[in-house]
Amino acid sequence: MVASALYLTNGAHQYGYECLTGMAQSKGWVRRYFKAFCKGFFVAVPVAVTFLDRVACVARVEGASMQPSLNPGGSQSSDVVLLNHWKVRNFEVQRGDIVSLVSPKNPEQKIIKRVIALEGDIVKTMGHKNRYVKVPRGHIWVEGDHHGHSFDSNSFGPVSLGLLHAHATHILWPPERWQKLESVLPPERLLVQSEAE
Amino acid sequence: MLRGVLGKTFRLVGYTIQYGCIAHCAFEYVGGVVMCSGPSMEPTIQNSDVVFAENLSRHFYGIQRGDIVIAKSPSDPKSNICKRVIGLEGDKILTNSPSDFFKSHSYVPTGHVWLEGDNLQNSTDSRYYGPIPYGLIRGRIFFKILKRFSKVLIWLSEA
Repeated sequence: MVASALYLTNGAHQYGYECLTGMAQSKGWVRRYFKAFCKGFFVAVPVAVTFLDRVACVARVEGASMQPSLNPGGSQSSDVVLLNHWKVRNFEVQRGDIVSLVSPKNPEQKIIKRVIALEGDIVKTMGHKNRYVKVPRGHIWVEGDHHGHSFDSNSFGPVSLGLLHAHATHILWPPERWQKLESVLPPERLLVQSEAE
Repeated sequence: MLRGVLGKTFRLVGYTIQYGCIAHCAFEYVGGVVMCSGPSMEPTIQNSDVVFAENLSRHFYGIQRGDIVIAKSPSDPKSNICKRVIGLEGDKILTNSPSDFFKSHSYVPTGHVWLEGDNLQNSTDSRYYGPIPYGLIRGRIFFKILKRFSKVLIWLSEA
């Protein structure tokens, strides 16, 4: 009787042990999955965020201030452009580039305009309170291609280079408007005097 | 042998990219340690003080009057300035030096802030270059390491 009791307790002990290892194995599966998820999460999210902040991202253009270069169809179809952060990491832009920058009047909004003049240039303005403006050091003069329908430097003056966000290099969508955006100054906006001369 | 070396190199590059990205996210969205130089914020912040800056207030537009902020310099985008916010948009600001008899004032435009250093005699700030856009603000300083400990930190980094 004692032997059978011992046998029973031994059996129960073994059964309990098997239960525990079974549970440990299934819990181990969950734990391994959780570990893999955390590892992937902490690798993928910072890399993706850093890429979108520092290398390139994509944005939809709204508004008519850059017609006919961007959004020629008006509100029917908005262009989607590729924004290149890497090119402006040292704040180097050329006259004629299409750039996106933080709006000086509303920091939550980004605006996309063309660079007309760099620091030291004298610009003949269209609609600004001064007829001629010399762009101060560390600033640029931006204008939309659709004069009169554009909230640009003619309204808020030269903008600091620190607000520069990205350089728009290509139009990605709609497919029939796939193209590389050229850095050309509109002929009627040639400078009065540039620093390089 | 070559495969082993290549494998090790790739792993090292992978780890570097991963930790670099995590560091970028931390500095951009959370905050970091900054060393300030210059006399324009004395006596609050001395030359070569080490301070903690957080970037959450900037993203949630919670910068208040009286905060000390770090911003990109309007005339040189690669350098940072460290000043106190005196006025937000719409505030009326006195723009003359105390010795002028006639007081002149102006209003801070929308989307801009007016910055001044605490050491008014020795600070180039908004009295010199005007209000700066809110988009140039990088972060808000909320903590300063005591002078004794900052000397220890500088010594450790030069060792």
